[in-house]
Amino acid sequence: MTQGPTYSFFLGCVMPNRFPNVEKSIREVLPRLGIQIEDLQGASCCPAPGVIRSFCEPTWLALASRNLALAENKGQDIVTGCNGCYGTFKETLAILHAHPQKLKDVQELLKDTGLKFSARVDAKHLVELIYNLGVDKLKEKVTHPLDGLTVAVHYGCHLVKPSKNRPWKQTERHTFLDELVEATGATSVKYKDKFMCCGAGGGVRGSNTPVSIDIAKEKLDNMIDAGAEAIVNVCSFCHLQFEMSQPQLNKEMGENHYKLPVLYYTQLLGLAMGLEPDSLGLHKHVISTKELVDKILG
Amino acid sequence: MTDNISRETIDAEDFDPSFVDKIVAAGADRIRTCIQCGTCSSVCPSGRRTAFRTRELIRKALLGLREDVLSSPDLWLCATCLTCLERCPRQIKVSDAIIIMRNMAVKEGFMLPQHRKSAQKLIQTGHAVALDDANREMRVELGLQEIPPTTHSSEKALADVRSILRKTGFEETIETEGAE
Repeated sequence: MTQGPTYSFFLGCVMPNRFPNVEKSIREVLPRLGIQIEDLQGASCCPAPGVIRSFCEPTWLALASRNLALAENKGQDIVTGCNGCYGTFKETLAILHAHPQKLKDVQELLKDTGLKFSARVDAKHLVELIYNLGVDKLKEKVTHPLDGLTVAVHYGCHLVKPSKNRPWKQTERHTFLDELVEATGATSVKYKDKFMCCGAGGGVRGSNTPVSIDIAKEKLDNMIDAGAEAIVNVCSFCHLQFEMSQPQLNKEMGENHYKLPVLYYTQLLGLAMGLEPDSLGLHKHVISTKELVDKILG
Repeated sequence: MTDNISRETIDAEDFDPSFVDKIVAAGADRIRTCIQCGTCSSVCPSGRRTAFRTRELIRKALLGLREDVLSSPDLWLCATCLTCLERCPRQIKVSDAIIIMRNMAVKEGFMLPQHRKSAQKLIQTGHAVALDDANREMRVELGLQEIPPTTHSSEKALADVRSILRKTGFEETIETEGAE
């Protein structure tokens, strides 16, 4: 087997600083799939496409360029596990490729940092790398199939949109994540408004929290109605939204109705690969995963 | 009039014809082709539960109601899900237009307090969401590096980030206007 490229692992903010358990599962699982990652030292916030880009686009472009430049200078492409960071990098590169003057502007801003930057680096979502391995190859890694488990897949927005600047099939009804989930033996359930937003982005969770949580509630209700036993997502901010909104909703409503475990895809895959739940950070969730994990381990 | 519906009158002096030119120049180049079909509003998850109407926002922008648009809290209800961008039959970059108008609003000092806090965190730490004690502990328990290998663990990296934030004027925008 030829060794593939090594990618610069970009953490972002929410994953290392709020959900290190998700980070842990990625670090456990990717190398076992033959995907080599190396920490991107000194990276900052991507910066967030909803808030920072909304405040000052030139700042957003410049800091995103700095992060991309750190990887470019290592001769590696960047890989992230957050849809927001992914969106920032994909859009930044598209803007810089289309507007040479903007590239010159960020090069000028990066001068004092000593970083050279040509915008030739590429940005990947880790799901892209896993999907590119091939679903059949992935199935070979599954030693403990999650048969009998029904989950609701949440794609999120920036992973698939704007569709013109994404590597997926040009459709509004994607299946790649469902395929990856079903490779573990679990069933991906059909539910209403599956491709709807989690409600966290655009600075809405921070400033218009009730609206944001109400969007999450709509998705949660649809997932629960369809009989999902867990959510599977691939974005640290969507992950935060579903983890944090459920206790908030329970508090608001005075009952313990919302307790749907929220799994990041590498946690689900890790379980199917026979990894210890604790090594995947499953014991550190806001919504307890104990019942779910017990059921899986039988 | 015989009913009790209050009808809003827009004064001629409220129109700023250069407003839409600036939005076009900043990248939302097809905004003038809007036919007010309402597709954007119909697919908007925020619009489903609030009075926020993307179509109305675009119409106001086209009319040049600059002050009205930039001071409106509705401008900040877009979750940037990009569905309107995908579905617009005129291929208007709707969400880009919203971000352009948000940039203009911030320049004029319209910024929500929670957003200012995130921006300040970015300036202080290089992260809009920074490490806290609980997660520092969790990182150790999980066997991860206690402080992530980001600007959190490199003074040089943070200094580089801050030098960029100073040069783009971000520090000044966030810290001088409406500072609490």
